[in-house]
Amino acid sequence: MSEVVVLDYEMSNLRSAVKALERLGANVRVARSGDEVGTPTAVVLPGVGHFGEAMKRIRAAGLEDAVHRAYQDGSTVLGICLGLQLLFDESEESPGQPGLGLIKGGVEALRTDRKLPQIGWNTVEWRDGAAIAVGADSPHERTYYFVHSFAVHPADPDAVLGTAEYGQRFCAAAGGERVTGVQFHPEKSSAAGLGLLQRWLAELEVPAAA
Amino acid sequence: MIRVIPCLDVDQGRVVKGVNFVDLRDAGDPVELAARYDREGADELVFLDITASHEKRGTIVELAARTAEQVFIPFTIGGGIRTEEDIRAVLAAGADKVSINSAAVKDPDLITRASTRFGAQCIVVAIDAKRREDGSGWEVYLNGGRKPTGLEAVEWAKEVVARGAGEILLTSMDRDGTQDGFDTELLAAVSGVVGVPVIASGGAGGPDDFAKAVKEGLADAVLAASIFHDGIHTIAEVKEAMSSDGVEVRP
Repeated sequence: MSEVVVLDYEMSNLRSAVKALERLGANVRVARSGDEVGTPTAVVLPGVGHFGEAMKRIRAAGLEDAVHRAYQDGSTVLGICLGLQLLFDESEESPGQPGLGLIKGGVEALRTDRKLPQIGWNTVEWRDGAAIAVGADSPHERTYYFVHSFAVHPADPDAVLGTAEYGQRFCAAAGGERVTGVQFHPEKSSAAGLGLLQRWLAELEVPAAA
Repeated sequence: MIRVIPCLDVDQGRVVKGVNFVDLRDAGDPVELAARYDREGADELVFLDITASHEKRGTIVELAARTAEQVFIPFTIGGGIRTEEDIRAVLAAGADKVSINSAAVKDPDLITRASTRFGAQCIVVAIDAKRREDGSGWEVYLNGGRKPTGLEAVEWAKEVVARGAGEILLTSMDRDGTQDGFDTELLAAVSGVVGVPVIASGGAGGPDDFAKAVKEGLADAVLAASIFHDGIHTIAEVKEAMSSDGVEVRP
């Protein structure tokens, strides 16, 4: 059975993410330091908060190296909200403080005349074929809960898995080889969000193509 | 999209319904009710713990923990949040936000400290406002509308936002429990001067009231208790009415 390790860098609604994954039958473990990560099937970076502060804590706990090691050894990575942003190279929120660099590109403030942070539900336009979005066709099934002021800008347009509109069109989900990140909170997005996590978990069970 | 938020008043772990915050009636297990609202399409939930006890941290932390196991939409816990340690404990148990009311009036710096430490997105400041008899605006009240503070509601709203509140939960004490509709003048007066979302509360009587809170009151979210708890109107009915009045809601 897939083992999912959720990273605890003391900045997140960790418990909600853990409970949602457990509800879906995942075998979840929480890691607070690098030596607790190992090489699980998947690593989850949850999170709400400040990019630079989170990266500082991740480095201090030895989690940065542990994530890279796990990824190189075959673990799948999922970033949620701030966790998505941390997968990128850098953020306007914390200049000079590098991110994990698992997806090429940067993070910029949302440029909009609407109220910030965006707090609330928004409908995502998924790119055809995005594995986590398969079957999420009706607006009800692809409307998720967002809380953010920054958005990711993947360098490679193919890394954009889904977009949404908030004064401007922004990247709501991004990914690449064994890496996925969502700007919204699937663990707080009712049936639509649990459905997405369920598809992500199901993908973990599919053996990698030889 | 405008959020529709049922509010659950909780006393000693049980849901109660308040009519002008007096005359309470038992209505069941808060977590069960919350899960039902999640299934019915609620966009978010607010729990207000009204337990009359000095040390309430244990009860609200337990409520947050139980809710986080079964409810997968955002939820806020208010009532009895007095210190940073209360906030930390409730968020760690799985709540997405806390709502602070009296403690913010007594110690406005708590808002600043909490917002810096936990992030503005999880700090909701609840303001209970009552129209002044001479018509010169609204005054902030505490203790369910029994205790006047002398604070001017619109000015207080500006201050809490300047101190780092991420949202304002604005209740009209004149309308609360009356089912006469939201106080759209109060809402517009506050929403027009703050850059954070305003949740309209107090007075919802029927599905048609909600769109008015948004269109006339400029509210970003709408909250109600009794019309949902009594089963008179469902969340779907409210959303349908809002949608047909041109307000965008979660499908």
